[in-house]
Amino acid sequence: MKAEPGLYPYWPYEGRPRITWPGGARIAVWVAPNIEFYELNPPPNAQRKAWPRPLPDVLGYATRDWGNRVGHGRMMRLLDSLGIRGSVSLSTAMLVHHPEVIEMAAQRQWEFFSHGLYNTQYTYGLSEEQERRLIEEAMAMIQQHTGQHCDGYLAPALSHSEHTIDLFAEAGGSYTCDLFHDDQPTPVTTRSGRRFVSIPYSLELNDTIVYVVNKVEPRRYETMIRDAFDRLHAEGETSGTVLCVPLHAYQASHPHRIDALARGLAYIAGHDGVWFATGREIAAHYLEHHFDRAVQHIADSAAAAARR
Amino acid sequence: MSMTTPRYGMDHERYAWSLMERRAPVRWPGGRPLALWINVSLEHFPLNPRGEGFKAPGSMSMPYPDLRHYTLRDHGNRVGVFRVLQVLEAAAMQFSVAVNAELALRYPALLQRVQRVQRGHSMGAELVGHGWNMDSVHHGGMDEATETELIQRCLAALAPYSDAPIRGWLSPARSQSALTPDLLQEAGLHWCADWVNDELPYLQQTRSGMLSNLPLPLELEDRFIIGELGHAESEYADQVIDAFDFLLREAQALDSGRLLSLSVHPWVIGQPHRIKHLQRIVNHIQAHSDRVFNATPSTLLAAAVSSP
Repeated sequence: MKAEPGLYPYWPYEGRPRITWPGGARIAVWVAPNIEFYELNPPPNAQRKAWPRPLPDVLGYATRDWGNRVGHGRMMRLLDSLGIRGSVSLSTAMLVHHPEVIEMAAQRQWEFFSHGLYNTQYTYGLSEEQERRLIEEAMAMIQQHTGQHCDGYLAPALSHSEHTIDLFAEAGGSYTCDLFHDDQPTPVTTRSGRRFVSIPYSLELNDTIVYVVNKVEPRRYETMIRDAFDRLHAEGETSGTVLCVPLHAYQASHPHRIDALARGLAYIAGHDGVWFATGREIAAHYLEHHFDRAVQHIADSAAAAARR
Repeated sequence: MSMTTPRYGMDHERYAWSLMERRAPVRWPGGRPLALWINVSLEHFPLNPRGEGFKAPGSMSMPYPDLRHYTLRDHGNRVGVFRVLQVLEAAAMQFSVAVNAELALRYPALLQRVQRVQRGHSMGAELVGHGWNMDSVHHGGMDEATETELIQRCLAALAPYSDAPIRGWLSPARSQSALTPDLLQEAGLHWCADWVNDELPYLQQTRSGMLSNLPLPLELEDRFIIGELGHAESEYADQVIDAFDFLLREAQALDSGRLLSLSVHPWVIGQPHRIKHLQRIVNHIQAHSDRVFNATPSTLLAAAVSSP
């Protein structure tokens, strides 16, 4: 085991080259609905139990299934009303289990990126070759069913190996959502040396972290979204920032919660200087306009620090 | 690693995959957009839980004898329930009472009071099976004969207190074995409220016929919001009111009937500092009563099934 991931060097927030976004926006905002499938009887994993209760864990399973039967449509109608396209973090098994949901997202020109095959099948315990195959097959499924190249990755249930990001970069991906170390895109160091970037995913604003882990009240979630936006929008005057609102229909679409989300997103949409984008669009813009300068600046900063 | 091959639809045979928004709209009687089901759960938590399967939320958690939690739960059956009944009866609400069957033996006076509620209402308050006690969860490790006997014993104990044959069931902690729906259907029950995967009634397949599932969301429960999430009681009421407002709005916007199901626990909401928040919820509902179809669950189910 390593003491640190080794995926990015230390690079202080202050003094970085300025990031600009299309249209002179200060902040890139992306909304990332997770569209997931959880299995009733998942294959056992030695390092992580899929369900807290004895199988069948009807309560845990049904909670997630509610999102697929009821929640996605409700969230799509909300995002439509604000003119926001989603970037779907996709359990690719959904392409086969529930293609109707995928069609609804595809009609809206939403982006699809990989979140593994099932959210109940983890990376833990896979050999490097097995993980490579899983990553490649998920990307191929997205290409086959949606015609989109899979550019981004969020590992299933945030389960990683030491090779996850290397393997995704080697498979032709261009961005990861698995790193929460920054509020701006940053270059990621992978063993292949490919041009590869981390796009901020704002995990602390992820509705599951908010509602399940931190047990936050819906109205406070609205406040958190607004406050995060206000700060990043202000800082974006100096250099462009990124805010992600990562969602799960089975959390945020509940009737007692969705209006709070609606108000939070409407607040953002009511501001100037906002670039509503998808993950792929943010990554592509950064790779084209800012990546090389960032890599150079990181190298120069490290050299300067070493000279002291 | 064996790669799972996804298939269309569900990963089990219990019910068919169905997107709520693609179903024919439900029309409630009188053209009312929103149906309302209120369920009151009367529960018994033994002082000496075996914890077989798992310990249901609310179980004893301190070293034996955990008088603290035993008596706090018992307060619901002695005091809290009468406050809840007072609020609901004063507003002439229709509701159901889901009862741990052991209470029929332990507290017959409580069951007689529930029976008087049934007789006092023109349409009747409905008695619903709720397992034996909160330390008798149905779970995957249970054998068929044991579970069959358990269900029979529950229905037999409750039968003298129900003027009509018992039609509905809510398992303790919404937990099931792989056979629970089969056994409930074979015991003559018409519906079950264990699966939280929808917002409207739908049919489940059992080995000898169909069983309706009537959704009763966990995440809008008093016990869940106040007890597990630790939100303020005023927040609980706000969230229920937000859900009511949202569903009413959605039902009207999409011209498709919606259902709000509320599950309340006298051992939670019947505390003196909390009951006024249930009153506030009921007041809010009453202010919109011309658009609400409030009925007992079996009546609601019949209306949904015969919906034009």
